[in-house]
Amino acid sequence: MWAFIHKLGSPKGFYAFSVRLSPWFWVAATTLIGGGLVWGLAFAPADYQQGDSFRIIYVHVPAAFLAQSIFVVMALAGLVFMVWRIKLADMAATAMAPLGAGMTFVALLSGAVWGVPTWGTWWQWDARLTSMLLLFFLYIGVIALRSAFDGRDSGSRAASVLTMVGVINIPIIKYSVEWWYTLHQPATFSVTSRPAMPTEMWLPLLIMVLGFYSFFIAVTLTRTRNEILRRESAKRWVRDLVGEGN
Amino acid sequence: MSCPEARSDVVGRGRKRERDTGIGIALYATMRRDLLLLLRRPSTALNPLAFFALVITLFPIGISPDPALLSAIAPGLLWVAALLAALLSLDGLFRNDVEDGTLEQLLLSSRPLPMLALAKVAVHWLSTGLPLALMAPVLGVMLSLPLGSYGVLALSLALGSATLSLIGAIGAALTAGLPRGGVLLSLLVLPLYVPVLIFGAGAVQAAIAGTGVAAHLALLGALLAVALVFAPWAIAASLRISLNG
Amino acid sequence: MAFDSFTAFLAMGGYAPYVWPAYGATLLLLFAVVLHLRLERRRLWRELRRRVRRERRQARDGEVPS
Repeated sequence: MWAFIHKLGSPKGFYAFSVRLSPWFWVAATTLIGGGLVWGLAFAPADYQQGDSFRIIYVHVPAAFLAQSIFVVMALAGLVFMVWRIKLADMAATAMAPLGAGMTFVALLSGAVWGVPTWGTWWQWDARLTSMLLLFFLYIGVIALRSAFDGRDSGSRAASVLTMVGVINIPIIKYSVEWWYTLHQPATFSVTSRPAMPTEMWLPLLIMVLGFYSFFIAVTLTRTRNEILRRESAKRWVRDLVGEGN
Repeated sequence: MSCPEARSDVVGRGRKRERDTGIGIALYATMRRDLLLLLRRPSTALNPLAFFALVITLFPIGISPDPALLSAIAPGLLWVAALLAALLSLDGLFRNDVEDGTLEQLLLSSRPLPMLALAKVAVHWLSTGLPLALMAPVLGVMLSLPLGSYGVLALSLALGSATLSLIGAIGAALTAGLPRGGVLLSLLVLPLYVPVLIFGAGAVQAAIAGTGVAAHLALLGALLAVALVFAPWAIAASLRISLNG
Repeated sequence: MAFDSFTAFLAMGGYAPYVWPAYGATLLLLFAVVLHLRLERRRLWRELRRRVRRERRQARDGEVPS
């Protein structure tokens, strides 16, 4: 067991592991997202209140889920990197940060577009949208901080500290923003928290969420591989790996 | 033969005494030094206050001199302006110490770095947070802030700015070694300031509305407690990173 | 099937200007991520190959790699 973990923790071991594993996640992501798209767009019934604009939920919610999860995973990776000095954790955190920022942006965008038919405006200072916007700024901060350092190790450690500070703050920000929102605009129509969705509506949503998570895992596995090659390019095994092709 | 033994005994005892009282003395020395530096160069403490007053002056000019409108937005304006003023002063918090090597000495000392960082943050709060809180009621008069909320304004700012100093010091420590850390610092720190702003401005608004202020102030206190527990460690870790980078 | 015809599907019950951009933006992000990933990998491999080849050539020619 420990030997296995140790092997995974080494860039070389992880590389081989990722090569074997990532195709499965790519296949899962393509099938689930493809199936979920068709089901959600064409087969799920329209909402009795919001009509077909409700279908935006099938891209908005998975993106929002992923946006939050990726930050938490990045913080965990940062913790592993800082405590056990496992470089691989930092490589993974580097690899997933842009995807997290992109997902946050898409969640914001689809939320704003959804806001036009439901609220009548592109932007409402809704609690969810506001905390999503702040999460986007946190992502930008982490990415900017990492790239501001010349030394890679310093940048990695600084980004890890900031991610961990951010992840402690995310629930505080979330609850304070929700509190602020209920104080200022009581009882407006909320788009995503609704009671008892029928099965034919939430099942495609579940499929899309699973598909997005598979996509995240597949991208992270593959991008971490790139990151390994970039950082370990002087290592013997990388030379051998590259040399095999010619 | 007994001479070296006795000497090592003396040295050992001396070291022990140093360790027993060390933290207190180190904290005192750090705070004293920073306060002295502040007295020698008072502009570091006065500039944020001038900035605060200036920003507050801009709003009536930019929006409208109508007292009714101003009094409605005054709590938020005062809080946002004070927050930005506190943010501006953060950039120099560790930068000078990094440049003149003081920070290296702090890192080398046997005292726990988180405590020393806490001492520096305390001085920062004394030199910016507290003056801003004391000055805010005066600017409140200029924005025709309703009566009965002045005490809450000062209190919420005093309480909230301590949290701002603690959180901001993390960002300041992370960017202390970077050549142009100022803009990056605000990018890192401002999202983390949001809860403090919400509860701080909320307290003043609650005071105006006549609803309970206690909940807001209690939450501000809770935020301060959480920041006091976590921030010193994060600051210390960030300072170590900045110095090695 | 929630729609009677393909045109009804495209119209999205009158919500087409909102539904399609939201889906479009999301799919665009997914494709962009995959595309970036492939380009990144291709560039990286090309560079690594070039470096390995150069080193081999230098080793064969008996030069001292600088």
